[in-house]
Amino acid sequence: MTRELITGNAAAAWGARLARADYLPAFPITPQTEIIETIARWSGEGVMDCRMVMMESEHSMITAAGAAAATGVRVYTATSSQGLLYGMEMLYTVAGWRAPFVMANVSRGLAAPITLESDHNDILAARDSGFLQIHCATCQEVLDVTLMAYRLAEDRRVRLPVIVNLDGFYLSFTREPVNIPGQDAVDAFLPAFDPGPATFRAGHPVSQAVAVLGGAPYSYFRYETALAAQAALDVYAAIGADFFARFGRRHGALERYRCEDAEIVFFMMGSFSTKAKEAVDRMREDGVPVGLLRLCMLRPFPTELLRSALTGKRAVAVIDQNLSMGKGGILHTEITSALYGYRNAPPIVTSFVGGLGGRDISIEEFFEIAAINRRASETGEIPPPRLLYTDTELREIRKLQAIAHVERQEEIVP
Amino acid sequence: MTEARFQRMKDLPSTHLLGAGTAMCAGCGGLAAVTEVYDVLGENTVFVNAAGCMTLLSVYPFTPFRGSWLYTAMASAPAGAQGVRDALDILRAKGRITPEEDLQVVVLSGDGAAGGIGLSATSAAIDRGLDFIYLCYDNEGYGNTGQQTSSATPHGALTATDALRSGFAGWKKDLFAIWVANKPAYAATVIGGEPLDLARKLEKARSMDGPRMILALAPCPAGWGYDPEHSVEIARLAVKTGIWPLKEYADGETVHTRLPHPRQPVENYLKLQGRFAHLFEPARDEPRLKEIQDAVDAYWAPLEAEHAGG
Ligand code: SF4
Repeated sequence: MTRELITGNAAAAWGARLARADYLPAFPITPQTEIIETIARWSGEGVMDCRMVMMESEHSMITAAGAAAATGVRVYTATSSQGLLYGMEMLYTVAGWRAPFVMANVSRGLAAPITLESDHNDILAARDSGFLQIHCATCQEVLDVTLMAYRLAEDRRVRLPVIVNLDGFYLSFTREPVNIPGQDAVDAFLPAFDPGPATFRAGHPVSQAVAVLGGAPYSYFRYETALAAQAALDVYAAIGADFFARFGRRHGALERYRCEDAEIVFFMMGSFSTKAKEAVDRMREDGVPVGLLRLCMLRPFPTELLRSALTGKRAVAVIDQNLSMGKGGILHTEITSALYGYRNAPPIVTSFVGGLGGRDISIEEFFEIAAINRRASETGEIPPPRLLYTDTELREIRKLQAIAHVERQEEIVP
Repeated sequence: MTEARFQRMKDLPSTHLLGAGTAMCAGCGGLAAVTEVYDVLGENTVFVNAAGCMTLLSVYPFTPFRGSWLYTAMASAPAGAQGVRDALDILRAKGRITPEEDLQVVVLSGDGAAGGIGLSATSAAIDRGLDFIYLCYDNEGYGNTGQQTSSATPHGALTATDALRSGFAGWKKDLFAIWVANKPAYAATVIGGEPLDLARKLEKARSMDGPRMILALAPCPAGWGYDPEHSVEIARLAVKTGIWPLKEYADGETVHTRLPHPRQPVENYLKLQGRFAHLFEPARDEPRLKEIQDAVDAYWAPLEAEHAGG
């Protein structure tokens, strides 16, 4: 084991390297490129025995990844944002093939307007695809979870591709100290991929992804995939226990931070939870009973774990770094559907949208969110969803609009 | 090269590898080509399919193939072939499969995917020098959805999306030329109605490495508007009128494998098909017919001059 200061992207590449990925179909997109360039360098240097092929689009990249996994090699790939959406048809398709492989998504906001910075609308668009989804908050977690994701994807009870999500810039380009496990320890944890009998070989005909006629066979295969995804919850817990026993680090479907005696709980995903932790610590110093529940696994959704973690809490503040147009925060929808009708559910679940396109969520905003939730739990009235935006930000955008207006006038009046 | 395997008609296999009873229309020229191709390639083949008529060859739980099959999507069959080929290469290099377990990887695509939505993935697979065969059955329209205009629709043909009912105003995209411009290992045009020519080309393609294309004109009773029993006749006329030149490209050179002589007038081919009926009824559309004939004449003029001279 070594300890190094590396970026989230480098941690992702280390995960693929230690997993001994055989194959990397790739297509570049900011902020993912460091992952594929790192693996390209390693395979050039001969320290990683991985064949890399540059594809002409993410649609083709995901097709090649699925086809190679279905042929029986261990596949890694990575994308982000527009690329993930460009490949969307194939996300659903290769998940239906039950092709197990791991893909990193380096979260980035979606056009329009086009941006390079992070939020979660890209990855949430893949929510219903059949890919399992694990969301990371630290560089260490990116590495560890990539290894665990291979075990999960390849497990006979699961056999589904997995996306490991890391936030663009905040994680992809941030250096943190990361323990890099030794290859022998990883080999003992993650044995070679056993593709099973359904692979393409001469003398062994296999038909994959054939058409079905009618709703009954179609439903059967869709249900089968859904049940496999559900089964992944227990499988992941067992993998997490084994990982902890071997490496001493715990990764599960949910992370609880100072939750036990908390009355108000922040609920969110990804690297911004680090900011929430700091806010929790500060408020705890002032005696405010707050905690943080971080959703690490979005699919399968850990409904039971979530219910038990929130039992008896007075309020949950859901912070969504995404926006479903015409509805609101997607995590808010997810959590309320999991809690509704549950006897011990917190009476107050509030919705806040922030952190879009790399916008920060300040510590003061966390304080304010906690205050709103405390008031709500006292009055019993749930406030309407809030789109986080400060007066200063509004003033700045008004200035930009004024400039844009003047520029346009100058164009019109020669 | 082992083209010597197919010298005469009697050298062609008398029984077919592809199972009968598929969901294709009667008289389907595409299915005829696939059947003949499969006989030459043999069962150690994995077909990577793009959405089209032939997608319905394999419908759960049946398949007419003795080998393997992977349906991908409409746009990315060559990328699927890339994944399968690369994985087989990796497995061989790492000693996880034997050379005998290796497969020939074949994309099976219609003209809609080949010339349109999947052209980018195809072009990129050639750029990468992918070792695969690309088999396109060209029925000159989106056949599986009822024959709407595709980039392979010929000039003057009626399609289901022709609002003015006046025939396609554009000209058929030259997919063979596009492939050749990309410098593949091999490219050939074939037609099921000329099985010996097809078998020779497939045998040649099979013996080579790298990107190889087989472009089969696929007479389509349903989409072209003719009785299924005329499929073979229409296929032959496509060749005899010079509408469908049989040729192959290898080592930087394109060679015609048939010089139709004497070349029949194109209208012998056109008038058998409902999609061209408006060129003859209620009155002959002489300018349009001449346009089509002129284009075919212009194609053959240099070849015929060369032939007459040499
Ligand atoms: S529509 Fe044409 S190409 Fe398609 S199956 Fe029918 S005859 Fe064959």
